[in-house]
Order: sequence, then C-alpha cells, then structure tokens
Amino acid sequence: MTGLPLLTILIAIPLFAGAIALFLNASGARWVALIATLIDLALSAYIWVLYNPDGAQWQFTEFHPIAGNFSWALGIDGIALVLLNLTTFLMPICIGASWRSIKDRVPEYMAVFLLMEALMLGVFAAQDLFLFYVFFEGGLIPMYLIIGVWGGVERIKASYKFFLYTLLGSVLMLIAMLYMVATAHTTSIPVLMGYNFSTEAQTWLFLAFLASFAVKLPMWPVHTWLPDAHVQAPTAGSVILAGILLKLGGYGFIRFSLPMFPQGSAEFIPLMFVLSAIAVVYTSLVALVQRDMKKLIAYSSVAHMAFVTFGLFAMNRQGIEGAMIVMLSHGLVSGALFLVVGVIYDRLHTREIAVYGGLSNNMPGYALLFMLFTMASVGLPGTSGFVGEFLSLIGTYHASSWGAIFATTGIILGAAYMLWLYWRIAFGAARTPEAAAMLDLSPREWWLLAPIALAVLWMGVYPESFIRPIRNDVGRIVARLDTVAPAGDSRLTLPPMHMPIGATH
Amino acid sequence: MGRFAPLLPELILSIGGTIMMIVAAFAPRRASGVVNWLCVLLLLVATVALIGPPSHAGPVFGGLVTEDLFASFGRAIMYPAAAVAIIAAHGWFERGTEHASEYGVLIVFAAVGMGVMVSATSLVALYVGLELNSLAGYVLASYRRTDERSAEAGLKYFVLGALASGILLYGISLLYGFTGTTSFTGVAAAFGRGAPSLGLLFGLVFLLAGLAFKASVVPFHMWTPDVYEGAPTPVTTFFASAPKVAAVLLATRVCIVALAPATDAWRQIVIFAALASIFLGAVAAYGQTNIKRLLAYSSINNVGFALVGLAAAGPRGTSAVLFYMAIYVVMTVGAFLCVLWMRDADGQPVESIASLSGLSQRQPGFAFGMFIFMFSLAGIPPMFGFWPKLLVFTAAVQAGYVALAVAAILGTVIGAYYYLKIVKVMYLDEPAAPYARVRAPVQGLLVLLAALIVSPLGYLLIGPLSSLTDRAAGSLF
Repeated sequence: MTGLPLLTILIAIPLFAGAIALFLNASGARWVALIATLIDLALSAYIWVLYNPDGAQWQFTEFHPIAGNFSWALGIDGIALVLLNLTTFLMPICIGASWRSIKDRVPEYMAVFLLMEALMLGVFAAQDLFLFYVFFEGGLIPMYLIIGVWGGVERIKASYKFFLYTLLGSVLMLIAMLYMVATAHTTSIPVLMGYNFSTEAQTWLFLAFLASFAVKLPMWPVHTWLPDAHVQAPTAGSVILAGILLKLGGYGFIRFSLPMFPQGSAEFIPLMFVLSAIAVVYTSLVALVQRDMKKLIAYSSVAHMAFVTFGLFAMNRQGIEGAMIVMLSHGLVSGALFLVVGVIYDRLHTREIAVYGGLSNNMPGYALLFMLFTMASVGLPGTSGFVGEFLSLIGTYHASSWGAIFATTGIILGAAYMLWLYWRIAFGAARTPEAAAMLDLSPREWWLLAPIALAVLWMGVYPESFIRPIRNDVGRIVARLDTVAPAGDSRLTLPPMHMPIGATH
Repeated sequence: MGRFAPLLPELILSIGGTIMMIVAAFAPRRASGVVNWLCVLLLLVATVALIGPPSHAGPVFGGLVTEDLFASFGRAIMYPAAAVAIIAAHGWFERGTEHASEYGVLIVFAAVGMGVMVSATSLVALYVGLELNSLAGYVLASYRRTDERSAEAGLKYFVLGALASGILLYGISLLYGFTGTTSFTGVAAAFGRGAPSLGLLFGLVFLLAGLAFKASVVPFHMWTPDVYEGAPTPVTTFFASAPKVAAVLLATRVCIVALAPATDAWRQIVIFAALASIFLGAVAAYGQTNIKRLLAYSSINNVGFALVGLAAAGPRGTSAVLFYMAIYVVMTVGAFLCVLWMRDADGQPVESIASLSGLSQRQPGFAFGMFIFMFSLAGIPPMFGFWPKLLVFTAAVQAGYVALAVAAILGTVIGAYYYLKIVKVMYLDEPAAPYARVRAPVQGLLVLLAALIVSPLGYLLIGPLSSLTDRAAGSLF
C-alpha cells in the first residue's frame, strides 16, 4: 500500500470543496462540486485497484486516537470498498443532474451535497463505533436541508418526517452501542465483530440496531417516510436517498447485526422473513396503483430492499452475496430511474403518469435507456438486477422455501408495475400535446445516464468484478454465522435407516 | 499573605468590584463603557489567577470553602461566561438607561457569589454564595426598570427566589439540627451512621429543592421562561450560562460529597428531576413563539441531561457533568449572542421566532451560526453538542441505569423537533423583513469562536478537555 492516508483524503476532498463552494457564485460552485466529485471518483477507483481481494481483511487502515476509546479509525474491507465506489460513482451524476434544475442558492446546495458525500464515505470507512455513529447521524442534517430547502410543495412535512423518523431509530442504536462499549471495553468495529456477547444481550442489541437499520433500509412497516421524502426531494436528492442512504441500512446489517450478534440475528430470522415477505408483496401492490412516478419508484425501492433482508438473513453465501449485489444494483438502477423521471419532470414539471405517453415516438433515446433501467429493475437476465435477485432467491430458498415463494411473487409483481409504468409512459399515443412536443435527451443527460447504463450491463454480464472483492469478507461472515444459520427445509432429509441387525457383520 | 493566595480570584473580583462600584457612582455617565470593559478585564484576570494555588490549595477558612480543581474548573467556565455577558451588553444599555455602568459591577459580584458556590464545602458558605449571586441577579433581571416586562421579571424572580431561599434555609437548618455541623464532611459522616433519620431526609429534600430552583430544574422551573423573556437579553445570556453552571456544580458537590452515603436517597430525586426536565423542556418548547422563551426551555432541557450524569454518580458521571456544562455554556452563550443581533429596522430588539424567517437568505453567516448552535443544542452529530450527551449517557449505562439512558435519549428526539423548527424557519421559509445590521466586531468574534468550538472541529478538544474534567471530578472523590 501507499503511505498516504487515502481514506482521509477521500473524505476531506468533498469537505474542502464544499467549504470553497460556499464562497463562490452559482457557476463556480457547480464546477467546484463537479471537479471535486470527479477527483473523488478517480481516487476511489484507484483505491479499488490497489485493494487486494486476497489480502488482509482490513486494508488502508488509519488509526489516530482522539480521547479515551474514541479514535479516528478508518479502514475498509471489500464490502465497504464497493459501497464506497457506489457513492463516489453516483455523486458526480447527482451534481450533473442538478446542473440546470437547481437555480436557487446553488452554492449552498453544492456545499450540502459535498458534505453529504463526505459523511457517507465516512460511514463506510469508519472503524470506530462512535465515529460510525457520528457519520451515520450526521447524514441527516444535509439530507434534511436538501429535502427541506430545494424540495417540492410539501417539502417541510416530508423533511420533518424524514428527520425525526430516522433520528428515533438511530438513538436506540446509540444506546445499544453504549452498552456494547461498556461490556466489551472497545469501540473498534473489527474487534467487536469477533466479540461474543451473551445470548440475552444479543437479543436486545439486535432489536436496538434493527430499530435504526429497519428505518434506514427501509423495511415494512417503518417505510412510510420514504415515499414522502422521495416525492418532495429534488431529483439528485432522490438519487442520493435511493442510491446511498438506503444502503446504510443494509450495510449496517452486514457490518453490525450479523457478525456482532449472530445468535440474536438467528433468533429473529422468522420476523425478518415475515416482514420482508409482507414488504415484497404489499409494497409491490401499492406501487402498482401509484399515479405519481416518483412514488411508484419509491415503493419499488422498499420491495427491492426486502430482497436484501431476505438474502442477508438466509445466512448463507449466495444469500449474502446476492444481497450485496441487489444493493449495488438497486443503487444504480433506482438512481437511474429517478434521473429518468427527473428528465421528463424538468420538461413538464409534473410527475403524473397520466400526463405522459408515447414518448418512444418523440424521445427514442430516452425510451431506450428507460427500457434498459426498467428491465434491470424487473431483473431481466443480462442486467444487474437479475444477478442480485437470483442469488438472493437461491440463498432464501436454502433457508426457507416459503420465504422464496413470497420473494418470487415480488419479482412477478415487480415486472407488472414496472412494465405497466413503462407502457404508460413510452408507448401508445401522447396524452397531452406538451408531452408530444418534448425533446429527446440532451448531451448532458446522456452523460448522466450512459455511465449508469454501462455499469448496469457490466454487473449483469460479468458480476465477478463486483463479487471478487467481497467474496472473502462474505466468507468470514458466513463462517461466523456457521453455527446459527438456519438448516432450511429445501434439502432432502433421508428417512432414518432401518437396517437388518445382521447386516452389520 | 500566603494564606490568602488560594482566594486570589475572589479577592481580585471583590476588591476590584468594590472599586469599580465607587468609580461607577462618581464617574460621568459616558464612562460606563470603560467601567464595563474594566469589569471584563477583572473577570479575565481572575480567570488567569485560577492557575496556581487556587486549583489545589484544599480547605480554606477552616473548611468553609475548598479550593480544588473542581471549583477551579467551574470558575474557569463561569468567569469568561460572565465576561461575555458584559460584552454582550455593549451597545445595549446606552440608550435611555441610567446606571449603565453598574451592569458590569453587578455581574462581577454575581461572579464572586458563583465562585463561592462552586467551592463551598459548608452549608453556610453554600448559602452565602448562592444569595450573593441571587441578589445581583434580582437587580439585573429588573435592570430596565422603566420597562414593564423587565420590572415584572425582576419581581417574579425575587419573590420566587426568596421562597426558594427559604426552602433551602429550612433544609439547611434541619440538616444542622440533626447533624450538629454545617460542614459537608460532617453531614456526610452523619448520613453514614446507619439509615438516615426522617429529619435528615427532610433536610436533604429541602436542600435539593432549593438548589433545583437555582438550576431551574423541573418542578422548580416555573420562573425560568418568564424571567428569561422579561429580562434584557444580555442579562438572559448571563442567567442561562454562568449561574446555571454554578447551581449544577454546587448540586453536584453537595450530592457527591455531603450526601454520598445517602446516594440512594438523592439519586431517585435526581433521576426524576432529570427526566422531568428533559421531557417538559422538550414538550413545553413546542408552542413557543418567542425565541428567548424557547431558549429558556432549551436550557431546562439541557440541565436535565447534565443531571443524568449526576444520577450516574461516580467519577465518570461527575466528569460527564463538568464536560456537559462546559459545552452547554458555549452553545447557550453563542445562541443568545445571535439573539442579540435580532433588531428591527429601527434598531429595536425583536424576539419573535417568526422574524427569523428566511434568515439564511438575508444574512447567511448569522443563520449558519444559529444553525450550528441549534443542532448542537439538540445533540445531533456531527455537531460537538453530541459528545457531552454521549458522555452522560455512557456514564448512566456504565452505572447500570440503562432505562434512564433510554428515556433520556428518547427525550433528545422530542427536543430535536423544536430546534429543527428554528432551522426550518431560518432556512426553509420565505424571507421576512430584514434585520438592522449591528456593528459589533467583538461579539461577532465571540460568536465565531463559540461556533467553531461546537462545530465538528470541537472533537479535537475532546482530549484535553476530558482529561481536565476527569481530574476535576477526581478531586471530589
């Protein structure tokens, strides 16, 4: 490795750029934000290149004690690596998506976005429990402002709901963290990942962490903040929310719940499966009847996140790897879908599905990309969605065939609402003259969507690039869960043998 | 002379304050600025004088007061906070107020009282310090005597304060009657002899009730919003900062030193008071439309969190209390200094929350400062206000009071709502009529400094500050 503290630099670049952007005019702030996020993208790609998938579990570690147990401790494993790259990949796209559509208070907007990026990178890189919490919670403030200041008509209610909902979840996690530190006498996440808490404590700790991650993910029935937040947030805000913030929940399960409380997790597998099953079926049905495009995609996010919880709590290799790929894929695809919605929203300023129609006639390029992302969301083979959902389903099937049955229903329903959405928007005749007069994608919009399209196809055709870095880390988690993983009902169990006594001779 | 070395800070303030009072009486009115600046200087010199004998001299005056690191730490927070309260008044009282120069002098005397409070190790010194501070406070609250609200605030504060003093004195007399001593160690020894008698318990309850009034802890908080609203804003800045620290630190010393054997008895009171303050402070702030009243409830709420650390007892809990109060003072003073800048076009002070509307577009720097203080007071990371809350919760969990920590932490979520409301008004609402620009470079610098301390940069202070609070807390055990 190099001697430079790469992760600190990665976090510091957007912070400094954000501070600079505050003092510039609108166009200066835009360029500073774009350049800073691109540098961060390049740097994180460089980190990926340097990362050795067969090397130590934690790489690029930095450790600077601050006081007592609290320290500036950073380091990444493969799981953090890919999520880190997802963040840096989506950020320049978000800045680009806001290039024209944000006209008020641009310097502040860019500063808040860059702050957001720094905090999210910090969450994935933190190796200290409280440092993690500071980054994790800190993300609330910029997101509150993004929704509240630059959001839609009902932005204030949505921003409050978002803030208080997620804060309530997180403070319970804080209590659990305090207990863990008091018991284990360390705040180091890697050490805690191998620490064995008593079974009873694990139950409570799991529930406390669940309160936080379930809200973030979000799981049914605590998902209600998400549609509001998505609908009111500006396009780039939705992309960040769907692409990165929701991943914090899944990351939390992988990093904390499963390795730190294996018995607690195993105890609640039925609960997690039932909630996931309800989420898949219920939110898919809700998505089916939405008239607002953003709301539809928001509900589809909840359904997709249920594949993550299914996969994770199947507690086997396919399930967890599948969950990771679903997270990455969903980050790209739902981000792209929000951008796609944003493209036509920028033109007509409405998200009503009924206003559009027949866009494949006047916007062929748009219809093509929208089709690709629709298919990826449905899980068509060859796209990233297929890989993740397929692996996750296999894992679920090993653990519980009933779970797999419900999860598969979700895929069918997912196809229904996404294809119907696509049909209503892209095919048929234009329902309003304004919709028929819209222009096709501008070069800027191509630049935003094409990289995501390529990544989606890459992940669909050659997922090994993304599974390689996480393979060993998933293996470690599976080994940790070895004794508690559910046996499953899918394997053939042989009836007891009745051998004649004489046959043993 | 050497005998007086430990009392150097108090001597500087008392003698200096007396001289200043004479100067103020005879000097021309336009010299009031000079007198006030000299008072600031006195407080700063007294702060510097804390280094040396006053930080480790031990009992003085036959154990009436003890000069230890705990007391010095408290004074090191309170003296500068009092100095800031004088600076905050700069440009506030000139117009239409007589006796503008006595303002600084009164704060200096209040500071002497607070110094005695935090170093008191006898019930008599406790009472003397408390009254010295309170008397100055009563006058300060009604400082704008021609203003009805200010006069009302002063009267209300005085009547209720006198009642609280009566309760406190009654408690002290009971304790003295049943123990035969006024020294903290003597009281502790009496409590240590088996189960405490009914009289001792009554004394304990009355004593704590009197202190709770000074710290404006629920259920003795009723005066706080009215007095904070009515008193001139610089005075409110003072009330919300230094005397609060003094009262909380005094209560800490009383509980940890004098009532140590009766920990189980006072702990339930403190737990109740802490939770009641947190929840009432959070809920009652909802409907407020006046920023000073809102900050009054915010201070009630925050003192509740500090008491969570006290309930944990032990060196760690005490250290958390000290840390909490230090950061609390910075946040509160910063927020009130921002409130001082809220003036309408004629330069008259405005206090309505609605007038902050859209401030981020009119005065981004001002709004950003307030933004930092609000999130810090709410305890939302990455603001530094999160850290002291984390410390008191840690102390509570480690002392085995997980349920207390859970309840308190849920209180932060409820409280977050109204801090968020201020941010919403400043950042999300349409701009209201602009404020008049106030030229106050020194205050501006102070706000900047306070904002820097409670911003995420404050985490760099954790190391030195926590080692200091650990040692200061250690001097009680």
